Order: sequence, then C-alpha cells, then structure tokens
Amino acid sequence: MKFQIPSLIMAILERDLRLALRHGADTLGAVLFFILAGALFPLALGPSPELLRRMAPGIVWVCALLAALLPLDRLFGAELEDGSLDHLLMTGLPASLIALAKMMAHWLTTGLPLLLAAGPLAIMLGMPSGSMVVLLTGLFLGTLILSLIGGMAASVVLGARRGGVLLPLLVLPLTTPALIFGAAALDAAQTGLSWGPDLELLGAFLAAAIPLCPLAAGAGLRAAVE
Amino acid sequence: MENISVFRGERLVLDRVGFTLGAGDALLLTGPNGAGKSTLLRVLAGLRKPEGGHVLWSGVDALADRSQHAGRVAYLGHQDALKLGLTLRENLTLAARASGGNPDSCMKSLNISGLADLPARMLSAGQKRRAALARVLLAQAPLWLLDEPSLGLDINTMGLLGTLFAAHRQAGGIVIATTHVPLPLPNARTLALPGLNESDIPQPMEDFPEDDLL
Repeated sequence: MKFQIPSLIMAILERDLRLALRHGADTLGAVLFFILAGALFPLALGPSPELLRRMAPGIVWVCALLAALLPLDRLFGAELEDGSLDHLLMTGLPASLIALAKMMAHWLTTGLPLLLAAGPLAIMLGMPSGSMVVLLTGLFLGTLILSLIGGMAASVVLGARRGGVLLPLLVLPLTTPALIFGAAALDAAQTGLSWGPDLELLGAFLAAAIPLCPLAAGAGLRAAVE
Repeated sequence: MENISVFRGERLVLDRVGFTLGAGDALLLTGPNGAGKSTLLRVLAGLRKPEGGHVLWSGVDALADRSQHAGRVAYLGHQDALKLGLTLRENLTLAARASGGNPDSCMKSLNISGLADLPARMLSAGQKRRAALARVLLAQAPLWLLDEPSLGLDINTMGLLGTLFAAHRQAGGIVIATTHVPLPLPNARTLALPGLNESDIPQPMEDFPEDDLL
C-alpha cells in the first residue's frame, strides 16, 4: 500500500479548509445566520432582561442547530456535482473515513465558528457568566454531534431530487436528544442544580455517533456514485 | 504481468459484455450515446457494482476489495473534477498524497506547469482537461480508464497524449478509453457496444445520464 490513512485524511481536511477560506462568504453564512437569528429574539420578545436570561439557553441551542444545517446541503452535494466524489472514493481510503474527514471539515468550518460566536450571543442575551462554561462545553459536544449526524443525513439524501428539503426533516429529529440535554444542562446551571449528568448524556450520545455515523455515511456515499 | 477478464450482465445497459486484456494492451470502447460506455468504465473503476458478472484482475475478483482496487486504477470521468477555487497544484495535492507521485513532473508532461498557481476557474476547458489528465498520470496506476480523454484538447496535446499512451503501454500499463473520435492508440482493440433500440429502452432508472452528451 502506497498511501497512509492519516495523511490522506489530513489532505482532505486541508483541501476543505482551503476551499472554505477561498469561499469566505459561504463559510460565514452559517455564523451570520446564528448571530442574526439570536439577535431577533430580544426584538420579538421585548427587552425584559429576566425573560431573555430565562430563554437564553434555548435560543442559543436552537439557533446553533439551525445554523449548522445550512452548509450541510453542499457538504457532499458539491463533491457529487463536479465529479470530485468519484476521485475521493478512488484515493483508496475507505468510504466511511472519507465521510469522517468531511464531517471533521464541517465541524471546523461551521461548528467551531458557531462555538466562538455563542459566547458573545449568550452575553448579549444576559446569560450569567457562571453558566458560560456549561454553555461552551455543551455546545462543543453538541456541534460535534451535529456534524456527525448532519454529515450522515447529507450523504443519505445525496442524489435525491428533493435532498435539501429532506435534510432538515432527517437531521432535526435525530439531534433532538442533544438539544434537550444541552439546554437542560444550561437550565440546571442557571437554577443552581447539578448539570453534570446532562453533559455526560451528551457525551454518551457523541460516543455512539462517532463510530456509527461515518459508517452509515460511507454506505450513503458509495450508493450515491452508483 | 496482469490479465483482466471482465464480463457483466445488466438488464438495462450492458448485456453480458466480456473481454480480456494483457499488459500493454489498449481497448477503445465505442458505441452510440447511451450504449453504456461510461457505465462500463465506472464498473471497471470499482465505483459501481455490476448486477451480474465479475471484474477479474490477475484471476482475482477485483471488486472484493475496492480500496485495494482503487490503487490500481487511474480514472478520468467526463467531468474534470477540479475545484474551481483551488489552484491547479492544490487540485492535484490529494491525488499526489494518495499515490506518492510528483505533481510537478506530471504537470510538465502535459505542458501545464506554467498554470500551476492559477485558480482552476481561470483555465479554459482544454486546460482543465489537461489538468485532469495530469491527475491520471499522477496516480501511477497500471490501469487507465479514460472517459473521452480527447474532449476539448488541441492538436498538440493530442500528440502529447499519444506519447504518454505509448510510454504507459511500454511500461506494461493498460489503457481503456471511450471515444467518438480517433485516439492516438496504435494497435488498440475495439469493443463496440451495440446500444439498444430506442423502443427497447425502459425509462432510465438513474438520475444521472448514462453517457455523455456530445
């Protein structure tokens, strides 16, 4: 074998990051949506600090979930359209690892920026600084889960005619547990309860998604080029 | 060195097509649009599983381990598969990493070294085709599967292509190409795919076209 698996995964990541930098507007789109959607809530709900502080965990989590959906459509769609997917599959890398590399690229270009933007958004909504650690830890796990499940769903709907419409319908129910645990952990932190168990459940969810989602996504990619 | 025998049966497009090639051989796939030339190439590349039949490499089923088969094949689809935002060299990086080849020498063989640092969106159709052909060279694979390699190439590049084909076959490599125009492949065998009568064809089940539209 002439190739080494880690170096090929790094090459795919490098390529995707470079593309994300070259097409900066596409990359920033998700983060801008996140910030704008979050900023609309105070306008719609009224400027009561008590109410906003109460709702902040839910707002941040729901906006992050929706924002991470935006670039999923193009994650594999762009590769399929220009024929690059054929060449990715012919690098000799197993399809599931190609999917994993693309999911990692999705997290680096969408999840990580969302994580960075979540802090300022939470402060804007008046979330107490004490729960910031819980928010960021929860979102760190949550965005990873979103990239894994989202990547799996994106590969499954690849090649389907109404893929873009199907995608949220597939992803949102599957990520509901992450949303519930993540927002519950924040809620617990704000009311002074123990938030550990919720984050642990989130971690368990991620631990199950790491091996399973790339496997399913790999099968989806193989089926898409048939 | 190697001996491929292929036969596959598929109800719709390809009906029990079979052939055997040895080291240094070349095969031209011809036939009307929609005859299944591209589909056959995709099967040989391991991108698509045949509904019946086998692809054999030195007597062993090649598609049993598709990751291993990928290392033996250099595939050129009818799309050039270049990322428009990346430069030519960046576009070839992944293939270079996979095969351990040298992208600069491959670009030089196709006369596109001067374009190496231009983004692919600034290249003409023929230059993109040459870049895609450079990636075929880069794969350093014994089996070349080329879907309309001459698409958009000028006369000079066709000559260049002839030299590359000859060198590849000299080294024991195999070339299988689909084409509608004569290619510089001396002593190539020809497999004419019959195609089906229009009336025999049920509505295609795939979303993508089975063959290129010229």
